[in-house]
Amino acid sequence: MSLEALLAILGMAAVTYAIRAGGLLLANRLPATGFAASWMKHLPGAVLAALIAPVILAGGAAEAIAAAATALIYIVSRNLFAAMAGGVLAVYFARLVLGG
Amino acid sequence: MHAPAPPGGPAQFWLGVRMFLPVAISIAAYGVVWGVLAGQAGMSVIEVALMSGLVFAGASQFVALDMWTPGSLPILSIVIATAVVNLRILLMSATLRPLAAHLPLPRALAAMFFVSDEQWAMTMAEVRKGSGSIAFLLGTGVLSWLSWMLSTLCGRVLGAFIDDPTRYGLDFAFTATFIALLLGMWKGRGDLVPWIVGALAAIATSRLIEGNWYIIAGGLAGSFAGAVAETIRERRHVA
Repeated sequence: MSLEALLAILGMAAVTYAIRAGGLLLANRLPATGFAASWMKHLPGAVLAALIAPVILAGGAAEAIAAAATALIYIVSRNLFAAMAGGVLAVYFARLVLGG
Repeated sequence: MHAPAPPGGPAQFWLGVRMFLPVAISIAAYGVVWGVLAGQAGMSVIEVALMSGLVFAGASQFVALDMWTPGSLPILSIVIATAVVNLRILLMSATLRPLAAHLPLPRALAAMFFVSDEQWAMTMAEVRKGSGSIAFLLGTGVLSWLSWMLSTLCGRVLGAFIDDPTRYGLDFAFTATFIALLLGMWKGRGDLVPWIVGALAAIATSRLIEGNWYIIAGGLAGSFAGAVAETIRERRHVA
């Protein structure tokens, strides 16, 4: 195991535990509703959207088709694994057909 | 008025374990996916065990994988992205404060390690029923941790048997997983603004700045816009 990996993992662990413990310690000072609470609530979704968008934009037609297929499978099945497997299969066949 | 629930004890712990069982199974499915992707990203078995065991926060671990480039790990942006994704947990452990009121602080702080979306949601649901305690949270948390640890390791070991990921389209597994994770977070139209602004800000940032900063920039911009939109909607509702 490399030093950089160890540092990254320990950094992630420290910051995550600090947040978990911090909530308990700062409970009386944190807003339960309002702007700041709403902002924190929207963070994970916005991060995921930020992760996905540039990747899909940089990909070709095969990736766009597979992204649509993944979304459709997830909406219908509500199953993460089925959506992932379906997306991978879709990109595989789309690349075969489109020669990507 | 019902009598107040007993402040904890083994009975609450095991109730938490039993009630969490179905959730633990879906966490395991999600963990296997993460483990396979971790192998693709070049993480060793020990690194997987350390990250799952110490960080123990699924969404942020998925984001970290996307930034995992062994040899030149962007440590700072990985840690910042982790903080950004996990900041929501701050509000969760804050709402657990009343349950911890009678406990010694070190014990309450140790229990906070197990707070994540599913464990918190189930404990709060139990509180609304008039039960629920830190012991209950511990029961859900310990089972959740075991399930996450074992499933991510399984995924990592199984994934090692796949040689060239692009040949099978497996390079797309990341994007597919993120799309499904994002759609799973959908709670209503209020999510449109943060998602669209986050996506656009990320695209713009990825063109302007080298590296992975577009993830953090998009996340911060999108969630900020989401909070602005929500605040405006609420004001209109009141007025």
